[in-house]
Amino acid sequence: MQSAPDFKTRLQVWLPKLVLSPSIAMVLVFVYGFILFTVYLSFTDSRILPSYGWVGWENYSKLFRLSHWEIAITNMAIFALLYMVICTVIGLALAIFLDQKIRGEGALRPIYLYPMALSFIVTGTAWKWILDPGIGIENTMHSLGWESFAFDWIKNREYALYTVVLAAVWQTSGFVMAMFLAGLRGIDNEILKAAQMDGASNWNLYRRIIIPQLRPAFLSAFVILAHLAIKTYDLVIALTGGGPGRATELPATFMYSYTFTRNQMGIGAASATIMLMTIAAIMVPYLYAELREKR
Amino acid sequence: MSVASQDTTIRTGRVTRALIYLTLLLFALFYLMPLFVMVVNSLKPLHEITSGNMMALPEVWTIEPWRKAWSEAQIGVQATGLKPYFWNSIKMVVPAVFLSTMLGALNGYVLTKWRFRGDTILFGLMLFACFIPFQIVLIPMARVLGIFGLAGTTWGLVLVHLVYGIGFTTLYFRNYYAAFPTELVRAAQIDGAGFFQIFWRILLPSSGPIIVVSVIWQFTNIWNDFLFGASFADFSSQPMTVALNNLVQSSHGVKEYNVHFAAAILAALPTLLVYIVAGRYFVRGLMAGSVKG
Repeated sequence: MQSAPDFKTRLQVWLPKLVLSPSIAMVLVFVYGFILFTVYLSFTDSRILPSYGWVGWENYSKLFRLSHWEIAITNMAIFALLYMVICTVIGLALAIFLDQKIRGEGALRPIYLYPMALSFIVTGTAWKWILDPGIGIENTMHSLGWESFAFDWIKNREYALYTVVLAAVWQTSGFVMAMFLAGLRGIDNEILKAAQMDGASNWNLYRRIIIPQLRPAFLSAFVILAHLAIKTYDLVIALTGGGPGRATELPATFMYSYTFTRNQMGIGAASATIMLMTIAAIMVPYLYAELREKR
Repeated sequence: MSVASQDTTIRTGRVTRALIYLTLLLFALFYLMPLFVMVVNSLKPLHEITSGNMMALPEVWTIEPWRKAWSEAQIGVQATGLKPYFWNSIKMVVPAVFLSTMLGALNGYVLTKWRFRGDTILFGLMLFACFIPFQIVLIPMARVLGIFGLAGTTWGLVLVHLVYGIGFTTLYFRNYYAAFPTELVRAAQIDGAGFFQIFWRILLPSSGPIIVVSVIWQFTNIWNDFLFGASFADFSSQPMTVALNNLVQSSHGVKEYNVHFAAAILAALPTLLVYIVAGRYFVRGLMAGSVKG
């Protein structure tokens, strides 16, 4: 019985790998193969269509001399910083407040979180008209009799980027709240009780014991927010279309317009490569650590 | 892990508590305000928006903007309303969600119960694929869809969403099945049950919750996608999000804000309904994608 495994037994041995293989093949081709292809294109003279004339680092040096790209990455730096900091502050504050035996917590939590279920296009559309001076908040204040009220950030080159921050924070801060709340609920109350006996103030309990224990939640929030920030595309398209002028241009919108409307595919591919590298620098160590711990 | 019920032991004074309640309520208003604005203004005639107060209830209630958004509004070149795009989205979402969840379940099963050397690396490669900026695959994907004759078709979009969705579905099922007792699988194996038998008879019957998580997550993500729809679809396959954006951005004619708001709600309604009915599972999916384990 034991010797010479028949076909059926051998199939059973190979079956798991066989079942996994279509997914692996898809990921290898459509993700890693495509990444290699795009990176390769970033070193070629591709314009309207892919072409394979090697130009070395030319696209990258062109890219970093473009004022358009400089604006996009400066905007990204400002946007990402404000977005991540504000989301974290609001998320942490709401989580701590909700954790105080709040009546109606069950009703508040879904209200804070529902924007995550919406499309960024819906969010963008709603805020686009709310912030529009002609019909939105400014007009409302005027009709209520506050004639001098002005709020035209979305039409203002200097402030338009902050409206993108506002809409993005609205959409995702509830999610950050949920991450911190899960962290808070995992903290051991015995330590807190002991510290309370010793007469520690609430402020010190949070500063010295609770918030330091939320480190994993902070890390997850940072990683998720950073990757969402870099991928921000739909929201800008719906809210401002990158304008006024180039005031809200981001790398994702830059890549799209250079590749598909300006027919500078080589430069578009170079900008996509830089976006990938930035995300990889954050995600790869994080995923590596997460998967290692599990073993 | 969803939110547990244990509260903190921190005690607070009455003034502090009042301030906490006030802050929580103000934020609730902040999150609800855009939804309120959308609903209220979608039920007003246009002149009430342009001449009046966005926060006010309608003086004349009308569902005309909804009718217009659904079946009459000019989107692109044709005055079709959102109706055909709604069906485009449905035709794309249903197979993509089904296929990605099914593959994710099988992958999770293999990666936890039939482990082999290098499986963690393969899983890591699949997981990283969830987080790439999709700009990096747009150019080759457009070429490949063209070569296979899938450019501009619903099936092309199904393929795209399947490929970039299996990372998450595999993650869900892998984490879920990791907690499933492997001894049961081994015992069934000794009794002569095969690979698929074990999956069908033993794992799948107890996978209800994680299937719901995966379906809801995939449904929400794919329904809300804009980038792939805008890049790879044409009139016959464009999803709701692309149609909504085209409607709002179109520059000709009078801007019918009430119709825009009605259209925005129509585009949001399916995912919002799922959230209201099964929000718990949605949050679980969100958390599994961030705080793993």
